[in-house]
Amino acid sequence: MKYVDEFRQRDGARAIMKKILEISGRPATIMEICGTHTHAISRFGIREALPSHIRLVSGPGCPVCVTSASDVNRVIEFSRRQEEVILATFGDMMKVPGSDSSLQEERAAGADVRVVYSPLGALDIARANPGRQVIFYGVGFETTVPAIAATILMARAEGLGNYSVLAYPKLTPPAMKGLLDSGSMQIDGFLCPGHVTAIIGAEAYGFIARDYGAPCVVAGFEPLDALYGIYMLIRQLEEGRKDIEIQYSRVVTWEGNEKARRVMEQVFEVCDADWRGIRTIPMSGMKIRLEFAAFDAERRFDIGAGTGNEPAGCRCGEVLRGLIVPPECNLFGEACTPESPAGPCMVSSEGTCAAYYKYGGAVLMTGEHET
Amino acid sequence: MKHDRILLAHGSGGKLSQQLVQDIFLKAFDNELLAPLNDQAVFSLAASRHAFTTDSFVVKPIFFPGGDIGKLAVCGTINDLAVGGAEPLYLSASFIIEEGTAVEDLRQVVESMARTAKDAGVPIVTGDTKVVERGKGDGIFINTAGIGVISNGHNLSPLTIRPGDAIIVSGAMGDHGITIMAHRDGLQMDVPVESDCAPLHGLVKVVLAESNGVRAMRDPTRGGLATTLNELAASGGSGMLIREDDIPIRDAVRGACEIMGFDPLYLANEGKLIAIVSPDSAQPVLAAMKSHPLGRDAAVIGKVMEAPKGKVLLETSLGVTRILDMLAGEQFPRIC
Amino acid sequence: MCLGIPGKIVQITDMTATVDVAGTRKDANLMLIDDVRVGDYVIVHAGFAIQKVNEAEAAETLRLVDELVKGMQP
Repeated sequence: MKYVDEFRQRDGARAIMKKILEISGRPATIMEICGTHTHAISRFGIREALPSHIRLVSGPGCPVCVTSASDVNRVIEFSRRQEEVILATFGDMMKVPGSDSSLQEERAAGADVRVVYSPLGALDIARANPGRQVIFYGVGFETTVPAIAATILMARAEGLGNYSVLAYPKLTPPAMKGLLDSGSMQIDGFLCPGHVTAIIGAEAYGFIARDYGAPCVVAGFEPLDALYGIYMLIRQLEEGRKDIEIQYSRVVTWEGNEKARRVMEQVFEVCDADWRGIRTIPMSGMKIRLEFAAFDAERRFDIGAGTGNEPAGCRCGEVLRGLIVPPECNLFGEACTPESPAGPCMVSSEGTCAAYYKYGGAVLMTGEHET
Repeated sequence: MKHDRILLAHGSGGKLSQQLVQDIFLKAFDNELLAPLNDQAVFSLAASRHAFTTDSFVVKPIFFPGGDIGKLAVCGTINDLAVGGAEPLYLSASFIIEEGTAVEDLRQVVESMARTAKDAGVPIVTGDTKVVERGKGDGIFINTAGIGVISNGHNLSPLTIRPGDAIIVSGAMGDHGITIMAHRDGLQMDVPVESDCAPLHGLVKVVLAESNGVRAMRDPTRGGLATTLNELAASGGSGMLIREDDIPIRDAVRGACEIMGFDPLYLANEGKLIAIVSPDSAQPVLAAMKSHPLGRDAAVIGKVMEAPKGKVLLETSLGVTRILDMLAGEQFPRIC
Repeated sequence: MCLGIPGKIVQITDMTATVDVAGTRKDANLMLIDDVRVGDYVIVHAGFAIQKVNEAEAAETLRLVDELVKGMQP
C-alpha cells in the first residue's frame, strides 16, 4: 500500500529509536491526544520500545470515550423508546456501556440500530426508508464533524424530511487547553493528531506553545510517523525549544483544510461541552445552528435528560486525563473487559484501556536494543 | 414446484413438503442412500475410529463471490472432519426456511450444495426441512452434520503439540471474512477477492501421506487465525510465537482492512488450514501443501514455545513482540 | 478519532471519487476538498476525502528517516 508500507519499515523504526535513546537525557511525559495514536502505539508496541524515562500518556482523544455518561445514556434510553426510528451510528458506539445497557443490547432487544461506516450511509438509509425517521448518531472531533455537516447540507438540498443528526462533536485545542488549565499533571509535550490537524491546521496549536510553553508535534499514524514525531518532541525538549512542528507534512499544513472548516462552520456553532471525567470545558463542543433545526434530532425528538452517573469504580475520567494508566484501575481486566466493559475506554476501538488489554504490552523489541 | 415462494405448508409434512423434497432436494442430492427417503440413512463403516461433527450456517448475504450458504455448509462440515484426520463419508443437511423465501434462491443453494458434495465425493444422505413464519427466521438457515472414519493411524490432537513445533498455514488469510463484510449493507467496498470456501480433505490427505509428524490441524473459521491459534495454544498448554511478516495476506485484503479498520487476523477463512507439525516435518509438509491447488501459498508462520503457556505472541512488522489475543465480541468497522 | 487511509483516485463522477487502496475500491465524497484529479492520492475518513497527499513532502519525510538509517550504519 503506497504511503503506508514505506512508513512501517523496520530499519527506519530502529534508527529512530536509536536516535531517541542517543539524544534523550531528561525524563519526559508526552501526551498523545488522539485515540488513533493510542491504538497505533499499542499495536506496534512503541510505548514499550521507548526508554523508561520517556512516558507516553494517552489523552482525551477518543471521541467515544469522552462522551459523557449522561449523553451516552440518553441515546440508549431513546433507542429503547422509539419504535419508528432507525438509529444509524458508527461501529465504535455500539458497545459503549451506559448505566444499564448499550446500543448493541438495545438492538438485541428489538431496537432498529444499524452500523454505518460513514454518515453518508445514514443518508442512504433515509432515502431507502421514506416512511421512517432516520437519526445519525455520531461523536467525533474535527476530522469527522465536517463529514456530518456535509450530510446535513446534502439532506437539505434534496429536501429529505426524514434525516436528522444527533451529534456530540468535540474540539481538540480547547480540550488541550482544558487539560493544561486543570494543572492536574505535568505534560512536557503533545503529540498532536494528524488528521484533526489536516482539517484545523497546525496554527491552531500556537497558543499551547506560546501561553503554556509546551512543544507540539503533529504526527501521522504509521509507526515511523509516530516514532519520528516523538523524536522531534524529545529533540525540542533537549534543545529547550517550545515550537509547533509538523511531522506529518505530507497531509498537514499550517492553514489546514479551509473548505472542510467552512462546511463545518456553516452547519455547526461552537458551544460548551461536557467531557467524561473532565466535566464542562467552555467552547469545546459544537451544536447544530438554529437555521438547520430541521436536521437536529435534539430539537425534533424528545431525547430526554439521561442519568449522568459513571459506573461505580470506573476511572475512565482519570485515564482520559492521563492521570493513571489502565492497569492502575481496579476494574481493569477483571470486572472490566472488552466482553463486559464497565466504561467506554475499554470498549472503544481506540479507548486506552482496550488498547492496553488487547495488545497486552509488548514483550520485547527484537534486535540490538536496550530496553 | 408450483409456487415461487416457500409457504408454511412446505414445512408441515404434507403434500407440499413432499413436492419440495422431490423437486428440490432429491433432484439435486440424488444418491442411493437418500433415495428411499426413510427417516434414516443406513450404512456400514469400515474402521474402528470414527469422527462425527455438526455445524450450522446462518451467513448473510446467502450468495457472495466465491460461494453461498450451501457451499459453505458442505465445506464447513467436511473440513471439521478433515482437520481431525478423518476421511469424510456422509453428510446430513437440515434446513430452516423463512416463509416467503424465493424458491429459486433455495434451488440455487441446494444445487450448489449438490455440486460441492459431488466434487468432494461426500454425499448428503439424509435431511430435514422446516418452515417458520415470516419474520421468525432470516431467509435460510442450514445445519449439516458429517460422519467420517479415521483409518490411517494418525492421532491428531492439540495435546501432542510440543515446544519447537512449526506452525504452518495453507494460504492467504482473511479472504472469506472480507468478502462477506464487503457485501454487507452500508459497507459497500469493491474488493477484488472472493471467498476461499473449499473442501480441504484432499489437501489434508496429501499432508498426512507426507508425514507422521503432524500434531494437530484446525481450520481458522470464525474469529480468524488469531482466535484459532489461541484455542490451540490453550488446549495444548504451550505458547506460540508467530511473525506478522510471514503471514500470507492478499494486498487487496490488507487495503480493505485498512479502510474499514478491520484486522485480517480476525477474519474468517473457509478454505484454509493451520497445521502444527514437528520441526523435522515442516519443510516436507510445506512442500506437500504447495503441490496441491489449495495450498499454493502455504507458509511457515511461527513456532510453538515453552512460554507463555496458553498465549500467542506476535512479532510485528516493526520487530516488537506483543500479545495476539482472541477475538473479543464482534468486529465492527471503525472510524477512529 | 482519525482513521484515515491514503488511496489513489481512479475515477471521479460528479462529487464522488472512486479510491483504490491496494486493489480494493471504495467511494469517497469530494465535498470537503478542492482541486483533485484522477491519479491524486487522498486521505479518506468516514467516506469523505479530507486532504490530498503531498508526494514531495512524503518523499522528504522518508528522506529524513533514511538519514537516520544511514547514520546507523558502521
